[in-house]
Amino acid sequence: MAQPETAPERSPELSGQALESGSSLWHDAFVRLRRNRLAMMSLVFLVALVLVALATPWLAPYSYEEQDLALGASAPSAEHWLGTDTLGRDLLTRIMYGTRVSLMVGFIATAVALGIGVLWGTTAGFLGGRVDMVMMRLVDVLYALPFAIFVVLLTVIFGSSLLLLFLAIGAVEWLTMARIVRGQVLGLRRQEFIEAAISLGLSRWSIITRHLIPNALGPIIVYTTLTIPSVILLESFLSFLGLGVQAPQSSWGSLISDGVDTMEEYPWLLIFPGLTLAVALFALNFLGDGLRDALDPRVSKD
Amino acid sequence: MALLSVEHLSVHFHTREGVVRAVDGVSFSVEPGEVLGIVGESGSGKSVACYSLLGLIPMPPGRIESGRAEFDGIDLLSLSEKQLRRIRGRRISMVFQDPMTSLNPYMRIGDQLVESLRQHHRVDKKAARERAILSLEEVGIREARQRIDNYPHEFSGGMRQRVMVAMALITEPELLIADEPTTALDVTVQAQILDLIKEIQRRRNLTVVFISHDLGVVAGLADHILVMKSGQVVEAGPPKQIFRAPQHPYTRQLIEAIPTSAKSAVGTLEDTPLLDVRELYTAFPVYRGMFFPREVSRVEAVKSVSLSVRKGEILGLVGESGSGKSTLGRSIMRLVDSQSGEVWLDGKSLSALRKGELKRARRDFQMIFQDPYASLNPRMTVFDTLAEPLLLHGLAERGNLREEINQLMDDVGLDRRSVRKYPHEFSGGQRQRVAIARALAVRPRLIVADEPVSALDVTIQAQILDLLLALTQRHGLTMLFISHDLAVVRYLCDRVAVMRQGELVEQGETEAVFSHPQHPYTRDLLDAIPSVDFGTESAQ
Repeated sequence: MAQPETAPERSPELSGQALESGSSLWHDAFVRLRRNRLAMMSLVFLVALVLVALATPWLAPYSYEEQDLALGASAPSAEHWLGTDTLGRDLLTRIMYGTRVSLMVGFIATAVALGIGVLWGTTAGFLGGRVDMVMMRLVDVLYALPFAIFVVLLTVIFGSSLLLLFLAIGAVEWLTMARIVRGQVLGLRRQEFIEAAISLGLSRWSIITRHLIPNALGPIIVYTTLTIPSVILLESFLSFLGLGVQAPQSSWGSLISDGVDTMEEYPWLLIFPGLTLAVALFALNFLGDGLRDALDPRVSKD
Repeated sequence: MALLSVEHLSVHFHTREGVVRAVDGVSFSVEPGEVLGIVGESGSGKSVACYSLLGLIPMPPGRIESGRAEFDGIDLLSLSEKQLRRIRGRRISMVFQDPMTSLNPYMRIGDQLVESLRQHHRVDKKAARERAILSLEEVGIREARQRIDNYPHEFSGGMRQRVMVAMALITEPELLIADEPTTALDVTVQAQILDLIKEIQRRRNLTVVFISHDLGVVAGLADHILVMKSGQVVEAGPPKQIFRAPQHPYTRQLIEAIPTSAKSAVGTLEDTPLLDVRELYTAFPVYRGMFFPREVSRVEAVKSVSLSVRKGEILGLVGESGSGKSTLGRSIMRLVDSQSGEVWLDGKSLSALRKGELKRARRDFQMIFQDPYASLNPRMTVFDTLAEPLLLHGLAERGNLREEINQLMDDVGLDRRSVRKYPHEFSGGQRQRVAIARALAVRPRLIVADEPVSALDVTIQAQILDLLLALTQRHGLTMLFISHDLAVVRYLCDRVAVMRQGELVEQGETEAVFSHPQHPYTRDLLDAIPSVDFGTESAQ
């Protein structure tokens, strides 16, 4: 529609401050994010969750390996707020310890996938030509590798460890990220503002970090918020294959898959871990959406 | 009796930012067999006024607030969607701006023609096909019987627009609404399509509403002109009257914005060339093969072009799309690699520079791009956009950065207070000013401007041209000005070079080329300019 020559006035908060250094994109994004109540509540919740996870050894009401075989599975009560599992272990304690593993897996593995994927994708997309072809063929080859076989091989060769778990998850999740980012960058690379940046004499690194990545952020953030839950669930599958955490240690994924087995007799064993996961994922998605909008100056500011 | 009469039509868009009065009390009427031209800039409501009659605007947010529209005795605004569908395409047809997007790329054009015919008339498939072939012949497509089974991409832009016209006319409508039908086309092709519409209109005694931003194009075609601004009709009348005695200041502004005058010579130019291009050859190799791609062919965009631009001179590089003029500009900018030839800037060879040296040397030559919506990083404020080149080349430090940027803003006529805004908060003309400021930030000696005003409205275009002219004089800049618009080139440039199919066919002093073109292609180009000859002050 009509674009008047005089653009609408900006709110004084954004225009008043003089920022002589750094990128105003991130500063403006933070100002906008702070106004998004849902995203801020989610952020507070996630920070609280991390703090609880860190302090679990001191906060947890019971020890994670303490069994009460005589008690067995019991419904929520004054002693055991969220009930106990079939071996009489306190569910709240197990969920709290599980949070440590799941958040760690979720954040670290996703960060690994994000880091490799974004760099790989931007490099391939920006350089193009033969480099792009070789890099993306490698991605195709890794895609074609059956994941289960890859994991079993890893366990056979290296044994089971948490580090290996990150490696295995990171090794698959970055592939999709790389493809998404490459597609974005291919579209952006032909834009005139990239040519303008080259004309100014900017280095490739500056072009990638200052011009390409910020403009590809929307899909990257959305895909990241989708990756975290899939990684958390992937962990339970890997634990099942013997890579990752083994009982009595727990994770959200393994608690849920245990809960599914006894769903009809002891529903709370499924409900509480499931609820924890669901709320955490909601928070992640709200925060992700908030970040995506905050980082796009074109989204209306009110 | 008028075929179409519209009275006090108001169409508003109810958006979150408030009500936009896209059409605000517009009245007009078209007699049978008449051509009505509606002229206005983007956002003037000229398209919305016509689309809303046929229920073609998104509602909501759009809403027809008031007014009457009568087509052959039918009250258009009271019709249901179903009743409208029987009129749309059958009695009132449309031709849109972009023939690339308004044809379905996955359907043979014959099938698309047959479909639109059989939508409205009971015709069997075979007869419909014959009718389709006839209508293709009518719009001047040769060997229509063979071409009918081709896909849209197998036609050139001009041919596609002919197909669109055939499709609009196959149902034998009484009224044709053409919305900027030639804007996306090259000048010579534009002239052909305009002739075609004129000819068919006369032969069929068709009634036409012709919407355009280009007063010159409309003037040669219309019996009656409507000038629109901000949703209102500011002036109406026959073309002669509009050109000879424009009443409204906006109409006068539009007429003045048509660059008709030639550039007056600016002092004497030194004879030393600043830019010297020697036998530059740029081709794009075409690769085939998945794992071991081989070069199978190459597209030669620039075939051994030599030209030079003197210090302080503006050289206009003219040509149609695909002539290689943009590639030549980008080759000079070293944005694409050339296979052979050399580019010398002030006695230094740019072609010999290595990567690091090139980055430093880029300070001396900058580019202004066509599309101000694409040439600014949408996630950087104007401040950051301008700070980047200043800091990169050490032209400012943290201390005087703000001062330098204010200076640049003043230079291009932007409000200092808007440095914290993002590109989307500016209008097209303001954005182009930002892009110009970015190019000027490094204090270059040469500017390559690639169609810098062709994406802008005519009145804004005139402002930006004057700004460029003022800046080149103030800063002693040399410019290579790439454009398809000969009138603009004549207004701005000291010399012209005409490019066609990768080669320079003619170059010389602007006035010499315009008054005595040597090459037949240059003559074709000059003939294709829609002439406005109603004896206005500026044309004499």
